[in-house]
Amino acid sequence: MTDAQTQQRPRVGDELPARDFPIARADLVRYAGASGDFNPIHWNERFAKSVGLPDVIAHGMFTMATAVRVVTDWVGDPGAVIEYGVRFTRPVVVSDADGATVTVSGEVREVRDDGLLEVALTATVDGETVLAKARAVVRWPDST
Amino acid sequence: MSVDQSFIGRVYPPTPPYEVGREKIREFAAAINDPNPVYRDAEAARAAGHDDVIAPPTFAIVVTMPAGHQVINDPDLGIDYSRVVHGEQRFVHHRPIQAGDLLQVVVTVENIRVAAGNDLVSTRGDVQTVDGEPVLTAYSTIVARGTAA
Repeated sequence: MTDAQTQQRPRVGDELPARDFPIARADLVRYAGASGDFNPIHWNERFAKSVGLPDVIAHGMFTMATAVRVVTDWVGDPGAVIEYGVRFTRPVVVSDADGATVTVSGEVREVRDDGLLEVALTATVDGETVLAKARAVVRWPDST
Repeated sequence: MSVDQSFIGRVYPPTPPYEVGREKIREFAAAINDPNPVYRDAEAARAAGHDDVIAPPTFAIVVTMPAGHQVINDPDLGIDYSRVVHGEQRFVHHRPIQAGDLLQVVVTVENIRVAAGNDLVSTRGDVQTVDGEPVLTAYSTIVARGTAA
């Protein structure tokens, strides 16, 4: 984890360390239990295909939670994330055999006068965007 | 089947209080594979300036999604839940959720529209403590694929 206190205050254009996050079927089962979202499209291949999906897909909220790790690990204190929003553009298909890997990167887009930073996130699977308009507003630790 | 537009503007009564437990936060953090100590260790959370362990930025879905189901599962709305996927989600926090919070959600139907043959239903969930302290607002859009008449 990065200790934000030891860093220079971020500037527009700064890049956050990019990460690969593997997702397996077991992750979706565990997330279903922890979140209470038991929609079978996230764990039942037969059901997912019966409603026109290519296979089991990850909970959008699991992908969203995973992507913001790039921000929370960078700033250190997840409580510094004031605002976080995404649009789910493409389902993350998680095959039984191979799972999926989400690649996430981030960039500081704005440094506001009130000390808040806006970070834009990019999340892709096999080069295709799975989250659009992914953006977090963060209070940098030295600004409070 | 088409969705009933008259639901726009409808406000639902506050949900029953949900008590945020330390172990639930730990379970959720484990489920998103996030080892951050402020989700597990009250000392680490206090060192970061919090009163107790805090919840991950997306934890609120644990309370806002069931609250939103009041709308989605209302048979009068006309949504086929088996066709539903998540379209958009945004959380705006006044402060992090922390262990011990007693949370209630007031859901408002903000918009219902049709796009590319899909029905889109947008809701806002205002999350506050039972004492009336605002904690966050969750904005959610769900998509019922190919259900628009």
